[in-house]
Amino acid sequence: MTGLWELFLTAAFVDNMPLTLFLGLCTFLALSRRPEAALGLGVAMTGVLGVTVPLNHLVYSYLLAPGAWAWAGLPEIDLSYLSLIAFIGVIAASVQLLEMLLDRFVPSIHAAFGVFLPLLTVQCAILAGSLFMVERSYTLAQSAVFGLGSGLGFAVAVAMLGAIRTRLAYADLPPGLRGLGIAFVLTGLMSLGFAAFSQMAAAQ
Amino acid sequence: MTAARATWSTLTDPLVRQNPVTLQILGICSALAVTTTLATAVTMSVALTIVLTLSAGLVSAIRRHIPGTIRLIVQIVIVASLVIVIDQVLQAYFAEISRALSVYVGLITTNCLVLGRTEAFARHNPPFPAMIDAFGNGLGYSLVLVTIGGLRELFGKGELFGRTILPLADAGGWFTPLSLMLLAPSAFFLLGLLVWAVRTILPEQSEAREHTPPPSTEPAE
Repeated sequence: MTGLWELFLTAAFVDNMPLTLFLGLCTFLALSRRPEAALGLGVAMTGVLGVTVPLNHLVYSYLLAPGAWAWAGLPEIDLSYLSLIAFIGVIAASVQLLEMLLDRFVPSIHAAFGVFLPLLTVQCAILAGSLFMVERSYTLAQSAVFGLGSGLGFAVAVAMLGAIRTRLAYADLPPGLRGLGIAFVLTGLMSLGFAAFSQMAAAQ
Repeated sequence: MTAARATWSTLTDPLVRQNPVTLQILGICSALAVTTTLATAVTMSVALTIVLTLSAGLVSAIRRHIPGTIRLIVQIVIVASLVIVIDQVLQAYFAEISRALSVYVGLITTNCLVLGRTEAFARHNPPFPAMIDAFGNGLGYSLVLVTIGGLRELFGKGELFGRTILPLADAGGWFTPLSLMLLAPSAFFLLGLLVWAVRTILPEQSEAREHTPPPSTEPAE
């Protein structure tokens, strides 16, 4: 049990997706101008990562992993090179499904997500979650926890950046630094802060 | 003659003036993650340029046959197949670099630069200009990657491509490596400064203010 909790914290803070691993930066920077939008994106990320990583774990271990077809008398088949296409398909399908389910049963949440859900299909952080799951060979429970943790870390980071950027909208910056430039410098400073978490993990 | 000039500007515009990374915020994830050394940065640039050029050519060649509603899925499948090929080639012939790049090669699939170019340009243009445009964008991306990768490796380790350029203090030289350069934050800082530099040279790229301050009530100087 403690193992899972540690994995959750590591995924959320030490291996923070945008700040430490540089994943999902495009949406991270593009949608962090307003805190409300940033928060919506963060929640959507958590939901989608929490669903797709365990789903892809099932797909990988029962269909693609080396030896997965042993029950059918084909033990030497190794389809793991297909994992990219399979994962993208699963992600696109589950994002679509999630959107339809939310629209049908909880329209208020669906309205709050707005345009972010469909965008997440081509979000590198989501695909990376599944790829890391394969690379580090997590179990099903671990991959669910890992997905949720990474999503939470993304949400925290993007909400913080959104808040800082709103505040900075009134600042008098040099023209060349306005917008993208200062966003990078801010992200760098936040990343410096999050680097402290990795020291914490190393001390354990 | 004008056609040749148009082709030339399609190729060279994305290098600095319309650079995909510094101006359009496309493909940043991989641009930062793989730039701790020059070798990985160059490999990533080459891989991305190949995938981008080929996928633009393919998408553009079948552009009249892709139904509009499912075009994203078709494009992603084309890109993903190319990425799988590149990934397998890297694993087979450059095993060490492939390990250093970890999942980031696979992430070319969702690199917004690739989808952005196929969606914005290749879908509406014949294969030749589409591939030229994609190649130009790949070069623009590579330029940023190589710049940042070179700076980080040079100041972080005193090396370029693994060869010592600045003699290290430990080894009797004078240079003390800045280990911050190898950590994540420095990549953000360098890219931020690069954007600032580009926009100072080309002021038309700088973004408009979000809020103009209210007119000052004090008498103007």
